[in-house]
Amino acid sequence: MALDNIARSFLLTEIVQGMALTFKYMFKPRVTINYPYEKGPISPRFRGEHALRRYPNGEERCIACKLCEAICPALAITIEAEPRDDGSRRTTRYDIDMTKCIYCGLCAEACPVDAIVEGPNFEFATETREELFYNKDRLLANGDRWEAQIAANLAKDAPYR
Amino acid sequence: MQEFFNSLFWTDYGLPGLIMVGQIGAMIGVVVFAVAYLTYAERKVLGAMQRRQGPMTVGPFGLLQPIADGVKLLSKETIIPSQANKPIFILAPIMLFTLALVAWAVIPVNYKWVIADINVGVLYLFAISSMGVYGIIMAGWASNSKYAFLGAMRSASQMVSYEVSMGLVIVTVLLCVGSLNLTDVVMADRPFWVQIMLLPMLVVFLVSILAETNRAPFDLPEGESELSGGFMVEYSAMTYALFFLGEYANMILMSAMTTILFLGGWLPPFGIEALAFVPGIIWFVLKICAVLFFFIWTRATFPRYRYDQLMRLGWKVFLPFSLLWVVVVAGVLLTFDALP
Repeated sequence: MALDNIARSFLLTEIVQGMALTFKYMFKPRVTINYPYEKGPISPRFRGEHALRRYPNGEERCIACKLCEAICPALAITIEAEPRDDGSRRTTRYDIDMTKCIYCGLCAEACPVDAIVEGPNFEFATETREELFYNKDRLLANGDRWEAQIAANLAKDAPYR
Repeated sequence: MQEFFNSLFWTDYGLPGLIMVGQIGAMIGVVVFAVAYLTYAERKVLGAMQRRQGPMTVGPFGLLQPIADGVKLLSKETIIPSQANKPIFILAPIMLFTLALVAWAVIPVNYKWVIADINVGVLYLFAISSMGVYGIIMAGWASNSKYAFLGAMRSASQMVSYEVSMGLVIVTVLLCVGSLNLTDVVMADRPFWVQIMLLPMLVVFLVSILAETNRAPFDLPEGESELSGGFMVEYSAMTYALFFLGEYANMILMSAMTTILFLGGWLPPFGIEALAFVPGIIWFVLKICAVLFFFIWTRATFPRYRYDQLMRLGWKVFLPFSLLWVVVVAGVLLTFDALP
């Protein structure tokens, strides 16, 4: 047994085995992606940056029911509302503090008209804190920018709702 | 003007001096370029072995990454700790880098392509590579920091320990070739059975140069995880870059040494005459690349040794074994009357 061990250690069998393994791995396909140029797949349920959506005719969906504000566990949403000139209830202020938000998705679940949603965008890092206090304009702009993908994702997820 | 070019000063000093400066400049240029792309190759090979991509962003396939790294390190601020011994602190990386370059003077890259064809080339090479430890000790001592000091201590004992068995390995090779001139070492006629006898020595030498250049799995002087950088922990910007360049230049130097002592330098591999049409320098470079690949390959494969294991391997395994093998090789050569 001792002789066996000595033979093994002097013939470097284990070292050669280890090195053969790493050499073999060198020719296997890479498991990483080239991130900024290549991105991994995202689920339709992905909860990323928030967006306020509009109807196809350009009317904003939000009816200022404040269910999202009520359900938000992080108290990140602030809404003020009053009747518009044509008599419909609309928000005058819709702010989300993205530094408070925990991305739980409860606001999107609570919304009866699918106005507030969490879109597929996760690359919205900013250089200052203030830029993360989103207001209504910013959220509506997000909605316009990501509408196609958001609508597709909602359609894909609809059978499970 | 014509008179000047015919003068004794020009023919005896001016022109040879210029040629020498040109040779040295060419050698340094090639080595520094090789160092830059060795870092790239290391990151790519390590990445491949860990199934990653390695640098990909700067230039096509990240080929300009070493240049970007160099520019970054050059443009950063050099911080000198207030408790450090300033002259020695700055001198240490310069010394390490200079020593790594100076040794190239005696390396023959092809038949008679050598800056200084001296008859004690092997000794010179060995002496210069041993001096590198002074740079590390100076760095560790002058930093006046605990981690740097520990790294320097480790480095000193490690390099001294492995130099002993390296010396014996070189003695074995010299017994077989009968000359200290590096060109003669390559050109020496080595029968097949002598090569076989030298094979275990090649293994000992390869492991020893890993320890000598402080590379994984013997990178205890740096020891990122326990010493957070070892002797270079206080260094930044250009001084750090010089350490880095020095380490990689040393790797290439040790690969060249292995190539000359064991792998037949610029001669075609395995003595195949049909491959002799390829210029010798290409074989030399390819062989160096093979040894460098071995360096990176071991780094990708093995975890760091514990310090006492390192010392045990050096003193209780390599030293007795290489001593024994010197005696065996010398005895065999004497018995069969094969001494050169």
